[in-house]
Amino acid sequence: MKRIYVNEDWCLGCHLCEYNCAFANSGEQDMALALKDKPLYPRIHIEEGDKICYAVSCRHCTDPLCVKSCIAAALQMKDGVITVDQSRCVGCLTCVLVCPYGALAPNENGVMQKCELCLQNACGAPACVQGCPNRAIVYEERGTAE
Amino acid sequence: MKQYVIIGNGVAAAHCIEGIRSADKETPVTVVSAEKHPVYCRPLISYYLEGKTAPERMNYRPADFYQNNGCTVLYGKSAAAIDPNKKEVRLNDGSVLPYTALCVATGAAPFVPPTEGLDSVERQFTFLTLDDAISLKQAATKESRVLIVGAGLIGLKCAEGLHPLVKEITVCDLADRVLSSILDHDCAARMQTQLERHGIRFLLSDTAVRYEKNTAFMKSGKTVDFDLLVLAVGVRANTALIRDCGGEAQRGILVDERMRTSLPDVYAAGDCTQGTDASIGQPRVLAILPNDALQGRCAGVNMAGGNAVFDNAIPMNAIGFFGLHALSAGSDCGGEVYEETDAQHLKRLYLKDNRLTGFMLIGDTTRAGIYTSLIREQTPLDSLDFERLKRTPTTTAFAANERRHKFGGAV
Repeated sequence: MKRIYVNEDWCLGCHLCEYNCAFANSGEQDMALALKDKPLYPRIHIEEGDKICYAVSCRHCTDPLCVKSCIAAALQMKDGVITVDQSRCVGCLTCVLVCPYGALAPNENGVMQKCELCLQNACGAPACVQGCPNRAIVYEERGTAE
Repeated sequence: MKQYVIIGNGVAAAHCIEGIRSADKETPVTVVSAEKHPVYCRPLISYYLEGKTAPERMNYRPADFYQNNGCTVLYGKSAAAIDPNKKEVRLNDGSVLPYTALCVATGAAPFVPPTEGLDSVERQFTFLTLDDAISLKQAATKESRVLIVGAGLIGLKCAEGLHPLVKEITVCDLADRVLSSILDHDCAARMQTQLERHGIRFLLSDTAVRYEKNTAFMKSGKTVDFDLLVLAVGVRANTALIRDCGGEAQRGILVDERMRTSLPDVYAAGDCTQGTDASIGQPRVLAILPNDALQGRCAGVNMAGGNAVFDNAIPMNAIGFFGLHALSAGSDCGGEVYEETDAQHLKRLYLKDNRLTGFMLIGDTTRAGIYTSLIREQTPLDSLDFERLKRTPTTTAFAANERRHKFGGAV
């Protein structure tokens, strides 16, 4: 399955991926209208450390602890892609408690949202990848671990 | 004829079915379900009270789940006895189910302490099943005064759920703090304050010693008048089936890392079990949904002849009331404590022998799972930048090769 991978040597820390993500999932046609003067709730975030930075979003684990821990069966795996059914989520944060990558966070209403590879929105393929100016984020097949 | 039998129809049973089917697509599975509902999201019953969800969104699996997995569900039936020699389960209606492998996933039942005059209370409830919640919601009115006995997670989630429906809520508990099995004094005080801000009243170090119709007479000498009584003192693992046929049980049915009980071809999973808490290396009942799921899956795979191990169960609790969240995992093993607190937030990391053994976060819970993973994987803290990590949960604290493995390698 194709997944999002990051190359920390190439990431500039420009945070464009966060804006592109929030825009892609906003349902709006105009980026300024979607994001201007609003708090940003992207499903990808830049991690910054000593002289390194890189983007983190859902790994779409083959054995996802978030899905198994979800008390509402809101997190589901379909064809390897982990999605959240927001109509079921009650915002208990159990998934935040168990995700080893810190890849899940609630939206402005306390309902969970996560990277769904832009397969559910109008983009159709990850907006973070398309918009990454240094191609530090890629969307490709790298196989499955044993 | 080969047949797998599962006693119980909760989350552990659902994952047991899926575990079986990952290894064996053919052999029939029979599920004995005391509750007359397909598997549902039990922890949502308090959210159902407050209207944040509805029964049609509380199903844990799709409507065709049992059919698609070749399962027969016997609704409204319960198991009366197991004969481990004949490999049979006898049901309460006298019928007998032979099994090739059996999973006991009987969950837990409310513990109701015998109290003088309890029989005189007309409207009393426990709060563990969807039917409990439906009855309670039907009984609650804008004029209801509610007394909840027990300030544990069940009692307090019930209080939160009832809050928009009723006039007043009083919660009593013999312990000197709320959530005494999960939170220490400071953390408990913060959660109590949050609940009190929403008008919920507490009588701690106190409990009802006698009832007379709609009045509770407390140990302290106080009296509480109520319209609805919720008994949420605690739950006990349903161990009798295993105990009665000579299997080993303590506070829960004893299981090993393959979810085997002491009886041949008999497995157990979920809230009825007592496995090992990896954060302390000791046996412990861990009645939490993630554990039910992981144990159920493991039991199912092994019942069908596979080879699954689940050996890193730890306590993990996500507790929230009226928007204030407390996330905790692992245990305080009596080592060093790293702490940050202010009026809104609290962080405690419990450290021992170069490992993170547990944590507690209130308020800011962002990326808490990075801490949880250190506990589950028993990561040596000197293998990463703990000075950075203790201030904020971040994967940048991991060594470069570890980061590349996590984010660049095959998933």
